[in-house]
Amino acid sequence: MSGEQSRKLIVLAAIWLALVFAPYWMAPLGGYTALATRVLVLGLAAMSVNFLLGFTGVLSFGHAAYFGLGAYGTGLALKFLTTSTPLSLVLGMLLGGIAGGLLGALIVRRRGVYFAMVTIAFGQVFYYIAFQWSSLTGGDDGLRGFSRQPLNFGFFQIDILSNTNYFYYFVLFCFALAVGAMGIILRSPFGHAMIAIRENERRARFLGIPVERHIWIAFTLSCFFIGFAGALYALVNNFADPKGLHYSQSGDFVMMAVMGGMRTFWGPLLGAAVFVVLQDYLSSVTINWMSFVGLLFVLVVLFFPRGLLGFIRRKSAA
Amino acid sequence: MTVLEVKNATKRFGSLVAVRDVSLSVSKGELRAVIGPNGAGKTTFFNLISGFFPPSSGTIEFEGHDITQLAAHKRVALGIARTFQITEIFPELTVYENVRIGAEVAGGYCLRPWINAAEKAGIDARVQEILKLAGLEAKTHRLVGELAHGDQRAAEIAMALTLRPRLLLLDEPTAGMGDQETYEITKLIRRLHQDSKLTIVLIEHDMRVVFHLADRITVLDQGSVLAEGTPQEIAGNEAVQAAYLGKAA
Repeated sequence: MSGEQSRKLIVLAAIWLALVFAPYWMAPLGGYTALATRVLVLGLAAMSVNFLLGFTGVLSFGHAAYFGLGAYGTGLALKFLTTSTPLSLVLGMLLGGIAGGLLGALIVRRRGVYFAMVTIAFGQVFYYIAFQWSSLTGGDDGLRGFSRQPLNFGFFQIDILSNTNYFYYFVLFCFALAVGAMGIILRSPFGHAMIAIRENERRARFLGIPVERHIWIAFTLSCFFIGFAGALYALVNNFADPKGLHYSQSGDFVMMAVMGGMRTFWGPLLGAAVFVVLQDYLSSVTINWMSFVGLLFVLVVLFFPRGLLGFIRRKSAA
Repeated sequence: MTVLEVKNATKRFGSLVAVRDVSLSVSKGELRAVIGPNGAGKTTFFNLISGFFPPSSGTIEFEGHDITQLAAHKRVALGIARTFQITEIFPELTVYENVRIGAEVAGGYCLRPWINAAEKAGIDARVQEILKLAGLEAKTHRLVGELAHGDQRAAEIAMALTLRPRLLLLDEPTAGMGDQETYEITKLIRRLHQDSKLTIVLIEHDMRVVFHLADRITVLDQGSVLAEGTPQEIAGNEAVQAAYLGKAA
């Protein structure tokens, strides 16, 4: 037991060290800080999807909707309401999370394919709203005309707008808050009950767990998390794109989670890293980059059904 | 005192009547066996009591409360726990984790995103106590899915016990077991009945187990009650022998 626990601690320390020093080790390897920032934000989104998929056993194919709502919420807040970057993030997260909570209440009785289909349908509703409501959202061109603002602590400011390293650390701080909250929830009685539902819904119900309410809460929490990721994404780009709401974006998140390993906590972050780095590299070589990412995905699913991290973990345990 | 009172319960699935006008009364501390040939409606009857689905007609009372239409998880909160004919466990979790989930639900923590050290210690003590009772201490950290069938059944009963039930429903607890495993489970059920004074209703095919354990026996046949009485009365009942025991012997 203690051997396994110390191994876990070492892995955890390695992950955080790699993240904290990413701006310094990525550059010599041909990367750049903004790429690391994207990995964090999309990784958080994939981990949010996996909070539901990997730990409650519920597949949503429409989580991009709440990601996109977070992005638009933050963009609109910065454009019209506030110059405070943290406040705009909170508003974006609230928009994504509350919308998720309301729609989630309507669909938690559905299961499997039906659940996935309804989540797609609701997601597309938001996509078309963003697409059509040009006066507010900028329509097809996306929402422009806002930018992240320096963090103002009264007596000093941190310029996260022009200094990409500062911005990376701001995003890492937000990422750590969200991931820490996820970790605490998954280790709590609430998280244990989520895993119970994933493992055996009937047994969970006859142990006295109110399954529908539990799935609804897990769905809503995951929408808050992905709304927060979307809010950060708006800051990354200083732009909110209707494509961020589209179900193909939801598919990308699911792909990252599955590729990285959906039964692992950190797998989706690894999946997002592989996805984002490949996209960055391949899209400069060919416009058909997605077919290569897709090929990799197929290979992973065929040969490492537990995902990349699941595979690594099994290897190191053996 | 009556713990479970079922009055004229009927369950129809389309034109099939799986349970027909069944009445049954179980008093506190009693161990009741429900027996009958395959297809007699025993499991459907259990599903009515545990809230898997409501009856088409009739009423079900638990300790004086009408629970006829109550959701399954609320019946658990009142004190009704059950196991299934085909073992229902959390296969990819350890024995400890399986039992802990029940203990946390019973403690009222299952919606809580945090737990403090004292509560955690309380849960841990409860889990250890139950594991000891079910004879699973040596397998605490094994994955339940990897255990032998008999141990999985014991783990399922252990999970039900964490809920501190006042009525325990066991659906064929010895199904698919060898002699040794049957003996162990029978011993466990006997302990629960005699030492913990638990009210138990069990469905069982193994007549040695039934006659060894039961205070009273209810015989179902084609959805209806054919007979009810003490093991001696049932053993001497000619209608039962014709419908059921005769075939078995």
